[in-house]
Amino acid sequence: MHSLRRPTGVSRFIFLGVCAWLAALLLVPLGALCVNVASDLGHVVSVLSGPEALNAIALTLAVTLACIVFNGIFGVAGALVLVRQRFVGRRVLDALVDLPLALSPVMTGLAFLLVLGRSGVLRPVVDRLGLDVAFAWPSVLIVTLFVTLPFTLREVALVLEEVGDSEEQAASTLGASAWQAFWRVTLPNVRGGLVMGATLTAARALGEFGAVLVVGGSIANRTQTATTFIHGALEERQESAAYGMALLLAAAAVALLFVLQRRRE
Amino acid sequence: MGIRVENLVKSFGSVRVVDHVSFEVRPGELVALLGPSGGGKSTVLRMIAGLEAADSGEVWLDGARVDHLHARDRQVGFVFQHYALFRHMTVADNIAFGLSVRKIPLAEQKERVATLLEVMGLPGMGERMPSQLSGGQRQRVALARALAPRPKLLLLDEPFGAVDAKVREELRRWLRKLHDEVHTTSIFVTHDQEEAFAIADRVMIISQGKLEQAGSPVEILDNPATEFVARFVGDVNVLPGVSRQGHVHVGRVSVPAEDPHPDGTAVNVVVRAYDLKFWREDGAGVATVRRVMTVGDRVRVEAWLDEVEAPIFAQFPRRSSLLHGVEAGCRIAVEITQARAWAVHAPDAR
Amino acid sequence: MRGSLLLRLGVVAWVTALVALPVTVLVLRGVEDGPHAFWIAVSDPTAIDALVLSLWTAALATTINAVVGTAVAWVLVRWDVPGRRVIAALVDLPLAIPTLVAGVLLVALFGPQTAVGHVLIGLGIPVAFARTGIVMALLFVTLPFVVRAVEPVLEELDPAEEEAAYTMGATRFTTLVRVLLPPILPAVAAGAVQTFARSVAEFGSLAAVSGNIPHRTLVAPVYILGEVEAGNPGGAASVSLVLLAIALSLQPLAGALARRAGARHA
Repeated sequence: MHSLRRPTGVSRFIFLGVCAWLAALLLVPLGALCVNVASDLGHVVSVLSGPEALNAIALTLAVTLACIVFNGIFGVAGALVLVRQRFVGRRVLDALVDLPLALSPVMTGLAFLLVLGRSGVLRPVVDRLGLDVAFAWPSVLIVTLFVTLPFTLREVALVLEEVGDSEEQAASTLGASAWQAFWRVTLPNVRGGLVMGATLTAARALGEFGAVLVVGGSIANRTQTATTFIHGALEERQESAAYGMALLLAAAAVALLFVLQRRRE
Repeated sequence: MGIRVENLVKSFGSVRVVDHVSFEVRPGELVALLGPSGGGKSTVLRMIAGLEAADSGEVWLDGARVDHLHARDRQVGFVFQHYALFRHMTVADNIAFGLSVRKIPLAEQKERVATLLEVMGLPGMGERMPSQLSGGQRQRVALARALAPRPKLLLLDEPFGAVDAKVREELRRWLRKLHDEVHTTSIFVTHDQEEAFAIADRVMIISQGKLEQAGSPVEILDNPATEFVARFVGDVNVLPGVSRQGHVHVGRVSVPAEDPHPDGTAVNVVVRAYDLKFWREDGAGVATVRRVMTVGDRVRVEAWLDEVEAPIFAQFPRRSSLLHGVEAGCRIAVEITQARAWAVHAPDAR
Repeated sequence: MRGSLLLRLGVVAWVTALVALPVTVLVLRGVEDGPHAFWIAVSDPTAIDALVLSLWTAALATTINAVVGTAVAWVLVRWDVPGRRVIAALVDLPLAIPTLVAGVLLVALFGPQTAVGHVLIGLGIPVAFARTGIVMALLFVTLPFVVRAVEPVLEELDPAEEEAAYTMGATRFTTLVRVLLPPILPAVAAGAVQTFARSVAEFGSLAAVSGNIPHRTLVAPVYILGEVEAGNPGGAASVSLVLLAIALSLQPLAGALARRAGARHA
């Protein structure tokens, strides 16, 4: 294999074209956002430090953290079941795991509204239990769990398939119980997949918008998240508030991107 | 078609991989570029084909300078080390590729492909995909593909490097036969001296980007131009010696020197395994036998020359009378029948 | 053995409650008022315009990204270019940036109050709150799909195949069409299908940038939101079913193409 070479001739034009495209599509809009925020910085800071914005950020962070934890547990469990076990209906389960990727976020919100909303099918159960779900923070958490379900599971499954089960078998021939083999062999092996999955989950959870809007209703200080805060601000023509929060989310995204890039290498 | 390259120079970054290489290949010749891996042979070949641009120097094909021409305009057939078959095309489509880009009529393409499949010993395999072929078969398809547009020059980059030893042997004989039939001027790159000497009319030895020697196999074997060539070609001992009165002395063993050095010069004596005689000499001798190995019809004896503290080995026919009583641990006398000596460029000698 | 059975039951219960239940309810709600009601809901002129707009903007974005994405992958894999790592990171950026933020970025650049937006509107090519903005937002959020699908396949391709074509007299164009493209085409198609599916479902960025003008810039997912907010969940569910049908019919295709692309370099 020859080492990579510098582009020449036509290749150089393609390279320059690619750079120009990426800059125009990604960097220039990002720059425009920064300029907008900088030109009205005082106002942006005062809005973002107001209670509405802080509550929205707090809810977003709490939901993201909860999603990472829940998906960590169920992602590993689900990956173990899908990769290591053979049973009737495995393919159905496999397809169900990817289903959230096929749904538009609004449709996700609608589906959960039909389950948990005022005339939802589970409404009697929820009411009897005395839970406050629809248009309250639990519904925001539930839809975010739905949209982030595939990420950790798929990343961990990829690792599990790659390492195979010979190490676990070796552990059991050495006298380890299934539980010991899991903690001391399986889990350390899939750590990379877990980190990658958590990163993707965080990116999606921080940014989830459509489903959260439909099911939570963007009620300030109750169900409003960072994204629905931006949406509300745009509707009220409070551009600088929207831009400020958007820049905050973009910064978080760039930080997550660094983790992603590390992992890729 | 004749080829001439003059003063080719090529660097990758700060590494000079080809350093002022010049040579000429006569029309119809089959030439080997031989040398250790990473010595720049492949780069020379790729520069002739136009796949790599030289930093400086000239490439002449058929009396015309071609270094400014793109690979596609040089009418050169190139066989790549790992075949580089188009894996999404059938064998027939692979072979026909060079014809179809030249807009040769379809009927003629088909006929030529059929002929080549026949010549290559691949009849009826035209519709297979490359992935369905063995390594040797793929190599022959690659060769057929390169030959299809009737190139004036055929270049082969380590053509048999990726196939196993037995197939390699067969392909070698077969390449020589093919060359004797079509007489296309050909250059192939190899790091395998046996391969080079077995089939090439002439061999060029390249090491560290420099052309060390060019000549017929016999010339190179009998008259290595440099110490590198002498060491590289054949199974050799390199022993420390001193030059004195027209002889070189390795301890108490001496041999007439072919290239005289001033008296007292420290030299490296290069001796081929078959230019040595060992015989048993209990109580005396200059060396102790360490190992006796039988390899096919030959016997290889390894010993330790105690005076100069160096290993030495020799090969004998299996039934040679010299082997009488030679066994591990016994003392032997050593006679060198032929050797070449090169002055040592000791680092402290300046 | 009992442990693994429990684990399996737990996972099945979790996925059933979280995924199967709501999606089933959505599907049932879409058809429960009978075929007539379903037909009325999806044949509403605003709904049809929204669906058509979603489909053609998705098709356009897919076409552009198939070409550009392949070029980006080619640059990343084949050439030693300055800033390769930066380019690679940029390609992943849309995976990390919230889709609503992507829309906000475009509004911040092209909005009518901005200098750039003002100039473009003067030239008669408005971007924000127009169809151009929709396509740009789709290009933004789907940028990684084709690139990441093509990259591994291109990496497996031996550059010597291209060189072989050149030595046989092929032009750059012939080499591109007959040697370079055929083996990577399944991967390009796999990335394109992914791009299309995502584009049809895209909501956040379009809610911000499209302006949501019925019959003009209102895409299907935003239309669904409107119906939900207008208190018509049945109609919203019906149109959702159309989108779901499109997405689900694309999934096996994407899978098959990805397998073909994978099989080639395996």
